[in-house]
Amino acid sequence: MIIPHPLLGPCDAQEFTYLGDASLIARPDGMAEGAADAFYDYLYLRDNPAGLHRELWYHEQGDRSWLVVTRNTLTHEIVTVELARDVARAEGRGR
Amino acid sequence: MRYSGFRILKEALTGHKGWRPVWRSPEPKPQYDIVIVGGGGHGLATAYYLASKFGQARVAVIEKGWIGGGNVGRNTTIIRSNYLLDGNEPFYEFSLKLWEGLEQDLNYNAMVSQRGILNLIHTDAQRDAYTRRGNAMLLQGADEQYLSTDQIRREYPVLNFNDARFPLKGGLAQRRGGTVRHDAVAWGYARGADLRGVDIIQNCEVTGFRIENGICRGVETSRGFIGAGKVGVAVAGSSSRVMAQAGLRLPIESHVLQAFVSEGLKPVMPGVITFGAGHFYCSQSDKGGLVFGGDLDGYNSYAQRGNLPVVEDVAEGAMALIPGLGRVRLLRMWAGVMDMSMDGSPIIDRTPVEGLYFNGGWCYGGFKATPASGWCFAHLLATDTPHPTATAYRLDRFRKGLMIDEKGMGAQPNLH
Repeated sequence: MIIPHPLLGPCDAQEFTYLGDASLIARPDGMAEGAADAFYDYLYLRDNPAGLHRELWYHEQGDRSWLVVTRNTLTHEIVTVELARDVARAEGRGR
Repeated sequence: MRYSGFRILKEALTGHKGWRPVWRSPEPKPQYDIVIVGGGGHGLATAYYLASKFGQARVAVIEKGWIGGGNVGRNTTIIRSNYLLDGNEPFYEFSLKLWEGLEQDLNYNAMVSQRGILNLIHTDAQRDAYTRRGNAMLLQGADEQYLSTDQIRREYPVLNFNDARFPLKGGLAQRRGGTVRHDAVAWGYARGADLRGVDIIQNCEVTGFRIENGICRGVETSRGFIGAGKVGVAVAGSSSRVMAQAGLRLPIESHVLQAFVSEGLKPVMPGVITFGAGHFYCSQSDKGGLVFGGDLDGYNSYAQRGNLPVVEDVAEGAMALIPGLGRVRLLRMWAGVMDMSMDGSPIIDRTPVEGLYFNGGWCYGGFKATPASGWCFAHLLATDTPHPTATAYRLDRFRKGLMIDEKGMGAQPNLH
């Protein structure tokens, strides 16, 4: 697979390591009410869709950026690629 | 129709006109006591044991395609019980014992071949780990044997004993492990279940569950509603998709695992070998083809096909261990979709929906588990209590911190 990096252009997926569902960006607040349940959901449960999947890839052998890749799990086609930093900021994270 | 040597002789002398299809194609009835979703190895085994060991007469297996067309037809046919942890080893040893009696039980030739499995050791740390594993196996009544380099050289002269990066230091052998003809497992269980009155309904896709007041009353299918006292789902590879129809999110990701068969060779590989340090394993089929594979591709996938980097990685593993394979051609390669659970171990349990039961999360180890998975799932469905060897396979173990993490990788399914 070729991942079109938003800054570097097309990169071989072999340069990346894969983490999983992009919802892992939204780490729950450990001090909040019901944090144990929230962390159970966050750590262990997955939507695991057949079709479009937003997922985190780390450009370990490149610029060491985290990317949010939207990819079709039925065809391996990559639809969009964003910097995880931009996604996290859009969701209200400070960094 | 019972199979026997006499029967073959009789058919041979009468022009083979007496053979008949070995399972029916019934129309679905409006109501069953137990409906199994998924006509793969595990679903068919469950139905067979429900009918034969737990006295359940009104059972149906519903399959969206044809039986045995999923992962039971896409694996590398290896059976073994060389696990470390208490939650796993008794279950897989139970499975291996069922394999040993399977063909007599089913009256079906599944070509169970206990040719042995050998885990190769390349470092002192690996020797420690495998010695510990071997002791754990002995404690649970399984067999294991430590082999020295000289013993391995006598049995597997084809291996590379002089690799600078991966010098061969020994191996952990389980002589009772081996291979089984995978399709025959599905067919044998299907025939056995059908003979005992189980309806096997193919080309019938489950499109939803009918859940009233938190109780599952049956399944909506492409051929109409089928009522059920209990519904058991055994669809590893598609578990998340099917269980989402009941509103459940699972601790599972679907990943793709590739496998390969070479052209036919003369016998070079007497048993199964695993080369953990190089991410490669291999056996030789009865037709002579080398059957081998390696790691997961590593990303979520339902595609039933992988990508080339893993092909290269597996080929490199093969060349490191068996340089003589350099000119052997690949005959075919394929991939299967694995239910990768968050701790690398399976789930056989009730669900929060009453009357709905779940069997899945088999990672890439589902084939060897087929008989015990079927038996334990049948036990759970028939008696509402877990089988003694499957008490750890709880769906809620992640919430409670009772993971069965053989590899100690944590909640990272592509690393198990």
